[in-house]
Amino acid sequence: MTDILNALVLFMNFVGVPALAYGSQLALGALGVTLIFGVLRFAFFAHGDLMAFGTMVTILATWGLQAMGVSLGVLPTALLALPFGAAAAVLAALSADKAVFAFYRKQRAKPVVFFIASVGVMFVLNGLVRIIIGPDDQRFADGGRFLFKVGEFRDWSGLSEGLAIRTTQALTVVAALIVMVALFRFLERTKMGKAMRAYSDNEDLALLSGVDPARVVRWTWVIAAVLATLAGVLYGLDKSFKPFTYFQLLLPIFAAAILGGIGSPKGAVVGAYIVAFSEVMVTYAYRKFAMYLGPQDWAPEGLLQLLSTEYKFSVSFLILVAVLVTRPTGLFKGKVF
Amino acid sequence: MRRTLLASAAMALGLAAAATAARADEIKIGVLLGYTGPIESLTPGMADSAELAMSEVNAAGGVLGGATLTGVRADSTCVDAAAATAAAERLVTSEGVAAIMGADCSGVTIATLNNVAVPNGLVMISPSATSPALTDIEDQGLFFRTAPSDARQGEVLASILADRGVTEIAVTYTNNDYGKGLSDSFQAAFEAKGGAVLISAAHEDGKADYSAEVAALSASGAEWLAVLGYADQGGVGVIRAAVDTGGFEKFALGDGMFAESLIDAIGSDLNGTVGSVPWSEGEGADAFVKLAEDSGVDPDGSFRRESYDAAALIALAIQAAGSADPAEFKAKVLDVANAPGEKILPGELGKALKILADGGDVDYVGATNVELIGPGEAAGTYREYEVKDGAYETVTFR
Repeated sequence: MTDILNALVLFMNFVGVPALAYGSQLALGALGVTLIFGVLRFAFFAHGDLMAFGTMVTILATWGLQAMGVSLGVLPTALLALPFGAAAAVLAALSADKAVFAFYRKQRAKPVVFFIASVGVMFVLNGLVRIIIGPDDQRFADGGRFLFKVGEFRDWSGLSEGLAIRTTQALTVVAALIVMVALFRFLERTKMGKAMRAYSDNEDLALLSGVDPARVVRWTWVIAAVLATLAGVLYGLDKSFKPFTYFQLLLPIFAAAILGGIGSPKGAVVGAYIVAFSEVMVTYAYRKFAMYLGPQDWAPEGLLQLLSTEYKFSVSFLILVAVLVTRPTGLFKGKVF
Repeated sequence: MRRTLLASAAMALGLAAAATAARADEIKIGVLLGYTGPIESLTPGMADSAELAMSEVNAAGGVLGGATLTGVRADSTCVDAAAATAAAERLVTSEGVAAIMGADCSGVTIATLNNVAVPNGLVMISPSATSPALTDIEDQGLFFRTAPSDARQGEVLASILADRGVTEIAVTYTNNDYGKGLSDSFQAAFEAKGGAVLISAAHEDGKADYSAEVAALSASGAEWLAVLGYADQGGVGVIRAAVDTGGFEKFALGDGMFAESLIDAIGSDLNGTVGSVPWSEGEGADAFVKLAEDSGVDPDGSFRRESYDAAALIALAIQAAGSADPAEFKAKVLDVANAPGEKILPGELGKALKILADGGDVDYVGATNVELIGPGEAAGTYREYEVKDGAYETVTFR
């Protein structure tokens, strides 16, 4: 019995908890991508850098608050600074829309034109972030680092394996849950949410029913930018902030959105957790896990690892390709393909 | 036969003329280091130290009876072999350097040695390339280094652990020539001492999260983790993830991990960690500190002593050979670096130049107790340290 518990705790510590936190961060990012795709009908490639931009402003505001001696006790100060970052990201997204995408909307340009234009926006944001905060690693987490540590868990449970949960991991999951519930209620219940869904379902019909397209577009950008900042700040708190890794997050985020069915918010969330768990589970070495479950004094020869950890990113790539080949509409029937 | 002889004589003459064409009283020395890239924070101090040696020589009246040494900086980038080769080409073709102090990282050093230094017959002395691959490279006697090979460090680290009774270990290394070379030599030495390396896995630098790497490493069941990476890159990320998840509590570190920033980042969980780092002690090191401080150069920092020594060796070899032609002075590098002869400390280059001009012999000790072994690399002294109460404490020197 203890062996089974040990195996479970081991699995939770190295796979369950990290994947759950990572999945929540991806989900927030994928929700933004899927909303933009649903309403504006193009793949917004600057999403990773929009995350970086919002996070950067949050970090700068955090430093300012810290310098003034403000703190949240156990919780990271960055939570207080988050509104500044979100406001800056919203501003950046709306300016990009006004300066770039509004023009192509008037032209009724093809989605691929929007997509390429968004790559341009990506480079601009990319450069801005590097000019302002630089390309280096920034750590801005403060407050209590752990809910409980490995040693504390071991002493409490009497097991030989330990479990640690960082404050930022718990915070990520809780924040993501709250935001997802709020977003789904917004889309289901409010007038604007309904208008957005209508616009996404059938643009012409929505226009005929009196939906104001400018407002729908504006709201979409606002929500996507806030989600991006939240995802970026949580990721940065949990791991670390580096502009390049945010750019790289684009791949798992798009994999998640497409796996779930792009344009479908529910799909984005489910897809994000599937991508996160696959990345971690495929690269985990199950040797110790198997030793607990197997017969006494038995140890497998190898590490029981499917893929070496260097190939973590290729997992999301594989998922992306597999979904596009076999079921391009994704799990929840994204509408646009 | 006669014609070949004639031709080669003319070639040699032409080469010598080209080398000194710029100005007879000026000898240029390339300072090829990564001023941009992963070790950009280290290189300015290294270049300053190398140029310190050159200005010391110039203040003493120069080499070869009055020729001054001029350092020409060029960017090796540390990681981009093509960019480093282009920079070295420029040093040869448009600057006409007689020798190169550099390069810094092992990968670009191998590239510039193969592509530029050997084809052009240029002497290269690297202060910081430590890959074991450079020991057996085909260099036609042109390459030297004042940093010891990692083959030696692998042995040192293995014996540190063996002496503590460690028999099983997991190894992770940064995915480049340095990390791979050090982990190979460590694994060979550790296994020769009867230990077992249960897993050896690379990690990429510059990622946000290393928990997956640590998960795989800890699944091996080893209690100790050897981290052969960089303190401000993936190495610190691996240790942080290991401490957070409780995957490992005991660490053994290579020289790239030796930095105060590591202790600041990890805190008390690092206590009990052991490691090795090239170190120099004694009057040479003290003399260098004094000389550097007097000249307004900060003496504290990785590879600054080695850089000073590399530049000083070039100057002394030129003086000993009586020529700035690399083909002639390459043979003198080992002579001036090793016994017999008068011992030379930093700040005494003027004295050494005079002894050599008078036909005497010197044994350059320099800032790092220079003793070149094998094909011309530093034997190296390592400091074995242990982290106690949040500070590096010396255990012994090996």
